[in-house]
Amino acid sequence: MKFGILVNEGPFNHQASDSALRFAMAALEKGHEVPRVFFYNDGVYNANKESEPQSDDRNIVKLWSDLAKENGIDLVVCIAAALRRGIKDDALPDGFRISGLGQLVESGIANDRLVVFGD
Amino acid sequence: MLHTVNNSPFEKNGLDSCLRMAKAGGAVLLFEDGVVGALAGTAVADKIAARSDLNFYALGEDLAARGLGDKALVDGIKVVDYAGFVDLVAEHEASTAWL
Amino acid sequence: MMDDWEDEDGPEVVKKFLYLNRKAPYGTIYALESLEKVLVAAAFEQDVSMVFCDDGVFQIVKGQSTDGIGMKNFSPTFRALEGYDVEKLYVEKESLEARGLSEDDLLVDVEVVTSAEIQDLIDDQDVVMSS
Repeated sequence: MKFGILVNEGPFNHQASDSALRFAMAALEKGHEVPRVFFYNDGVYNANKESEPQSDDRNIVKLWSDLAKENGIDLVVCIAAALRRGIKDDALPDGFRISGLGQLVESGIANDRLVVFGD
Repeated sequence: MLHTVNNSPFEKNGLDSCLRMAKAGGAVLLFEDGVVGALAGTAVADKIAARSDLNFYALGEDLAARGLGDKALVDGIKVVDYAGFVDLVAEHEASTAWL
Repeated sequence: MMDDWEDEDGPEVVKKFLYLNRKAPYGTIYALESLEKVLVAAAFEQDVSMVFCDDGVFQIVKGQSTDGIGMKNFSPTFRALEGYDVEKLYVEKESLEARGLSEDDLLVDVEVVTSAEIQDLIDDQDVVMSS
């Protein structure tokens, strides 16, 4: 089964991004596909390359990059939400790209399920 | 339909609204801070019990994180892990997040 | 990575998309950004509905005047939805009444429905976008 995911909150401030990550990992482990994760509202902050958590804590941005690379996940950040929040093309972590809300609608259409993580 | 509730019923009205607008036969997954709504004997336990026409689940990892892994839950609530969460999403036609 | 979903005759797949609005405008950005999502969805010729319940009903109250808080008043955009073929706007009766509002307070044509009717509506959807 193909799962699309929508993340509405940034890393650390809410558990949403962690929950989405763990959900995606569990889905992949079960043999499902996660073709796309779309980041909206403050979720675009998951694409902040400058995030520097404490060394003994999880690095959420890197976890998304690594998961995407290993599993062919398309990490899409909404351009309008990103611009508002100062997340720019030239400073994206590996695996993330900036695009339009159409990619979210497409994710809802093309995937079997769309799961929303937010607050 | 699978309904997900991530906030505590003592902080926000996500659970309340979910219980009002979830159709019979659906499933409700309490996770993140929402797991506090699963505890037996709270002020909201009766509201959950009143919707015996829904199937309730709580995410074990979030209960454990909050030191609630050994606490009694409202009758009928089943504990699932992230793999179980994935199964719930797969088994239901769609999911609705009550944020 | 994702299959083409559309050919020249229009979308091959038409799904029911519901946008669930539960938050008041201006205190947070969710109302505005949810509306932005709906406008884009309309272009994809999907079966789009919007539900306003809980504090979401405040998003479509008449007479919003935002100069004093320095924010853009985006409420007129709700009136433009019809032009985008987004015509299924539902408001939960219980939410209106709990907030001392009536249909007369609203700036756009909506269908006021009960919680029970919303249960059926939500249950029927393929994709629910919560904000």
